[in-house]
Amino acid sequence: MGGVYSLVAVGLSLIFGVMRIINFAHGSFMMLGMFTTYWLYVFLGMDPYLSLLFSIPALFLIGLLVERFVIDKVLSAPEHNQLLLTLGISMFIENFALFLWSPNYRTMDIPYTNKAFTVGLVMISFPKVIAFLFAILLTVAVYYFLKKTDLGKAIRAASEEKEGALTVGINLKRIYYVAFGIGTACVGAAGTLTAPFFYVNPHVGGIFVITAFVIVVLGGMGNFIGALVGGLIIGLAESVAAAFIPGQLKQFIIYLIFIIVLLFKPEGLFGRSSD
Amino acid sequence: MGRYFVHLATTLLFFGYLGMAWNILGGYAGQFSFGHAAFFGIGAFTSSLLQLHAGVNPWIGMFLAGIAGLMVGLFIGYLCFRYGLHGPYFALAMLALAEMLRLGAIQWMSTRYPLGINLPILGDSLLQFQFRSKVPYYYIILIMTTAVLYLTHSIESRRIGLYFKAIRENEDAAESLGVPGFKMKMIAMSISSFLTAMGGTFYAQYYLTLDEEAAFGVAVSIEVLLGPIIGGAGTVFGPLIGAGILEFLSETTRNLLGGRSGIHLMVYGAILIAVIIFLPNGILGGLKSISRRYTRKSEGIQEGYGDA
Repeated sequence: MGGVYSLVAVGLSLIFGVMRIINFAHGSFMMLGMFTTYWLYVFLGMDPYLSLLFSIPALFLIGLLVERFVIDKVLSAPEHNQLLLTLGISMFIENFALFLWSPNYRTMDIPYTNKAFTVGLVMISFPKVIAFLFAILLTVAVYYFLKKTDLGKAIRAASEEKEGALTVGINLKRIYYVAFGIGTACVGAAGTLTAPFFYVNPHVGGIFVITAFVIVVLGGMGNFIGALVGGLIIGLAESVAAAFIPGQLKQFIIYLIFIIVLLFKPEGLFGRSSD
Repeated sequence: MGRYFVHLATTLLFFGYLGMAWNILGGYAGQFSFGHAAFFGIGAFTSSLLQLHAGVNPWIGMFLAGIAGLMVGLFIGYLCFRYGLHGPYFALAMLALAEMLRLGAIQWMSTRYPLGINLPILGDSLLQFQFRSKVPYYYIILIMTTAVLYLTHSIESRRIGLYFKAIRENEDAAESLGVPGFKMKMIAMSISSFLTAMGGTFYAQYYLTLDEEAAFGVAVSIEVLLGPIIGGAGTVFGPLIGAGILEFLSETTRNLLGGRSGIHLMVYGAILIAVIIFLPNGILGGLKSISRRYTRKSEGIQEGYGDA
């Protein structure tokens, strides 16, 4: 789970870091990723991990279009209006999905998904391991993309110093499309990776994204490594805690941590005080 | 037919009322809360449980509910405002608070009230805040809404309203001019949470049944703020107009497309997107800035909020 959380949080963090937008619709995009995988499996019998090849580009494109035609219009609006806008987007997407696909809980029945193996006393399910490995792989890929490629460098420049980036001739608008697209592609991939061992329904994204919000805040808003490490920590803590604490209480504690971090350490655990 | 329209009118006024309560904190003082369900739920639970367990009259319960909401409001307000949470961070903290209460309520109710809380039927009596007909409920919420309308109007026309707006537009500047920011935000929070919690009691008495989703659900928080956002936050009549528009839309879509789940919230989402893009200050805000543009060539003051 930690890997998946990291991937969700990295997408959220990237979007926040570059555009300063808290994306409420992140969970909806994850849900779309899950449904992409689900339907490809149901109709074409496609292997869920192969469907990454479809869900990533599809979500990238959706993210790009949403940024281009909706979010772009409010980039200079007050922050809470941006928040409300992404809330509107998420309401729209999730309820559209509800309308099309009904609120039923669906699960994918894949021969190898209920396999598990044991290491010592711990039982580890096969799809979770795959999800973890893929998620880490993708996160590292995004990291290298941001570090090494020209476009990645431009994205980082834009996130650190908007005016500076503009002066050296970076096309901010384009950066925003791409960054938002990558962010949604990340969460879409996370959806695909989660679908084999979780249920799929129109509101499923919220479960992961609330946790991702906590991670992003913990890791320091917009801090890539923070999101990665935070995701792993929360994922681990959650699996350990699951043995001792009932489900609802677990979420309760996540919210509590969230409020406490917001109040006392809004710049996150990993330094770099916010502006 | 008559019943149906009375129900519609009651719902409209009810959301108008909640919207106006939200508006005092969110619209005037500029502190956007995404978690007003916290106060609403506390209110609904307080009066219902007092009535069930201690036989407290619901009218008194309503007042006590307001007090309970106020306490929660002061608590979270103190934390958030003392530590300088603002804008989206305040919104998220409120959302987290409401969700915590919801989860707590689920846990608490799972052993005690697995089927939700049902209030005892005590017959047709003004004293017991229970009626067979829907008409008396309509008059009660009409009175409540009118009172809040008057309250909002008097806030707006007094110094306190100016203080609220000054904080909304630019808190640092307002404080440097001597506006007590923390105190003003706490006052706005108190009024808003008190009124919202009383709305919770009204809800409980109207339906006589209550569960954690109806009380603390995210949907409640969202429906409370949609009205003012669409009608115009920080205006006296905005929340009512917004509530009217939403009611109209949800009824029309229901009639046109049938009761298929998701449709009306999808329309709400679309409307919210459209309003934020085209009328960032809501319908009344939009009308205001148009009329201002025509009366005197826009001089100085821009509508909108200071960037953080």
